[in-house]
Order: sequence, then C-alpha cells, then structure tokens
Amino acid sequence: MEEPRQKKMAIIASKGTLDMAYPPFILATTAAALGWEVQIFFTFYGLQLLRKSLKRIKISPLANPAMPMPVPMPVLVSSLPGMQSMATSMMKQKIKKHGVASLEDLRTMCLEADVRMIACQMTIDLFEFNKSEFIEGIDYGGAASFLEFAGEADVSLFI
Amino acid sequence: MTTVNHDKELDARGLSCPLPILKTKKALGELASGQVLKVVATDPGSIKDMQAFANQTGNPLVSQAEQGKEYVFFLRKK
Repeated sequence: MEEPRQKKMAIIASKGTLDMAYPPFILATTAAALGWEVQIFFTFYGLQLLRKSLKRIKISPLANPAMPMPVPMPVLVSSLPGMQSMATSMMKQKIKKHGVASLEDLRTMCLEADVRMIACQMTIDLFEFNKSEFIEGIDYGGAASFLEFAGEADVSLFI
Repeated sequence: MTTVNHDKELDARGLSCPLPILKTKKALGELASGQVLKVVATDPGSIKDMQAFANQTGNPLVSQAEQGKEYVFFLRKK
C-alpha cells in the first residue's frame, strides 16, 4: 500500500499571553506526534514565546471577563497592582495540579519533534529585539516564507 | 477487559492533553514492529484522542478499557 502523503499544518502565533501561548504549542506537538510536518510563524506579541526565558509570559484578568475567578471580581479591582502576577501564579498552580505541560516543556518538545519555528523579522526590527534574546534552533523570515509553506498546508491557523 | 500481552507499559496517569499522546508516540518509538504498548491514562479526553492517534499513525489500537477512573489502551506498533 502506498504511504499517504505527509500532512502539513501552518500556524501563526500572534499572542504573547500565558493562555494564548498554549494552543500553538499543543497543536504543533500533537500534529508532529501524528507524523505531520509543522511550521509556526511567531509574529508581534507571539514573538515573546521564542524568548530564552518564558518567565515574562503572563495572564491578565483585565479585559478578560471569561476568566474563572474564585470570587467575582469587579473590573477596577482587576486593574490593581499585583493582580496580573497573582492571576498568573494562580493559573500556573492550576496548570501544574492538572498535569498540563509547562510552556517550556512544550516548546522543547516542538524543537525535538522538528517543528519549524520562524520568528518574524519585521517584528524583531519593529520592537528592536536582539536575536540573542531568542532560543537557538529557530529561523527568521517574513510573510512570503510563511505563505510558501501555508500554501501547501492542510491546516492553517491564526492564533 | 481483554488482557493483552504487552512489551512495555506507559504510565500516563495524571497527565492532561496532549501529554498522554506525546508520551505514547515516544514510547512506541522504542518498540519494534509488532510489539505491544500498554498505556494507562486518567485523562477522559484520551479515549477519543488515542483512537485518533491510532487511526492517523496506523498503529492499531488492539484493545481499550475503562477501569474505574483509569483508561487502559493497548497499541501494536505497525
């Protein structure tokens, strides 16, 4: 029997919050485990997910009315200093308790599974980032290089 | 449930999506063709996910069962 053609998935990761960092990494690692070829293009705030340290990836209760809270919280209280750090540490505890992988682990698994990760060169220039701030093993490119792969992909996602 | 002789066992208890699948993929990689992997998971989502994994990778899901709050899968490496 002829081997079926390898499926491909192209993802744009444009968000840099703790909650929105998960979908690209979860889908990429899983697709790789299924034998798919995967490429993630990190642009704008998504670029933060390629930094060597992911300690600055946080979640905010502000402007996030769907976030489950132990007690109902008025919007003004959510904006108080320290609320973002508190929400982040609460979320990280939950992640650990429920056996959800850390972002660091998922990202390492992406690299091990040959998921191709591309940092948006334009955003790097725009935010005046330095390439030394990013992890090893990634590529740098622009819209045309993403579209070249996405044009052949079975699944394309903008996250 | 059907007891299946297996060559390796993977403990995926307490892990959430996608870890049971990622660890299953890795564990299968350490087996030879025809050998059987037993996976024990507690993630209810793994029932559907393990079937989807088996269908897409061509490693047959020989048997699966629910034991209390645990889900037991037997996959044969293709």
